[in-house]
Amino acid sequence: MASETKKLFLETADVIIENKEYLTELDAAIGDGDHGINLARGFKKLKEKLENENFESRNELFKLTAMTLISNVGGASGPLYGTAFLNISKVISDEQLELDDLVEIAEEAIAGIQKRGKAEAGEKTMLDTIIPAAESLKQSRDNKHNLDTALSDCLDSAAEGMKSTIEMQATKGRASYLGERSIGHQDPGATSSYLILKTFIEGYLK
Amino acid sequence: MVNILIISHSLKIAEGTKELAEEMKQDEVDIQIAGGINNGELGTDADLIEQKLKNMDYKDGIVVLADLGSAVMSFNMVKEWLPEEKQNLIRLANAPLVEGAVLGAVEASLGKSLEEVMATIEENSIINKNNL
Repeated sequence: MASETKKLFLETADVIIENKEYLTELDAAIGDGDHGINLARGFKKLKEKLENENFESRNELFKLTAMTLISNVGGASGPLYGTAFLNISKVISDEQLELDDLVEIAEEAIAGIQKRGKAEAGEKTMLDTIIPAAESLKQSRDNKHNLDTALSDCLDSAAEGMKSTIEMQATKGRASYLGERSIGHQDPGATSSYLILKTFIEGYLK
Repeated sequence: MVNILIISHSLKIAEGTKELAEEMKQDEVDIQIAGGINNGELGTDADLIEQKLKNMDYKDGIVVLADLGSAVMSFNMVKEWLPEEKQNLIRLANAPLVEGAVLGAVEASLGKSLEEVMATIEENSIINKNNL
């Protein structure tokens, strides 16, 4: 199980590295223009570490991912994603994950990000992708949908959430300094969160 | 003596702030910096912050001055990793970086307690620049 998940992290690293310029362009419009550079630096390091190591458990894998991002990203997304993955490491098992587990994982990730960033939905941050994705998983669980349908709906909700940041005014992070001028641009953090979720979900559905 | 840690996205800002603060100190105060990443690029290095907080003398307290977003965020995260008795002796000042560091250096070097240094920094570091 851990080796399958490791593969998803390696794919995620490639996706982030491929999108380095794109994420940096989004960030240059409303922030300090380093989101892509920072994340690519962290994920490049993660790739090196993962390639040389085998993991007994998902817990170990998520912990190493968290610490690598915290140590190497160099921007706020390091502690934010790092704490999210660290929180996930505490609840993730090595069993086949069911919808209930995914809801718990999503809630832990959100709790970690909020602990660090103190943001709520609607502030033009990564949470505007992740919170709708988590809500969609909860609805699917309550409506007893199967896992594949739930994941594909979750990805749709994440995409909608990401796009909804275009119209938002930033009230957290460097983009908030721009005030109303932050409106009209898609948030880079919401975009990287979408790319990570997309890689994991499509990798699973494949 | 209360000691001081300056955390900035920029190594140059951290070094310059330290230089300015040290000019004012009346006695030996340990002023450490965690500035930038990779020796000069802009960013926050959580490992460096952790290393500084682990190595600094904290028995009388450490006052931390930090600049923007991820400097504050990384500090808060690293602080949580320390033992609780140490956490209580490490305080992030709600103050502008340069003014806070200069005032902090003066107060700390006069032998003031952690509470006194913090109170002075947080009260007085935003001075009225139109009425000096």
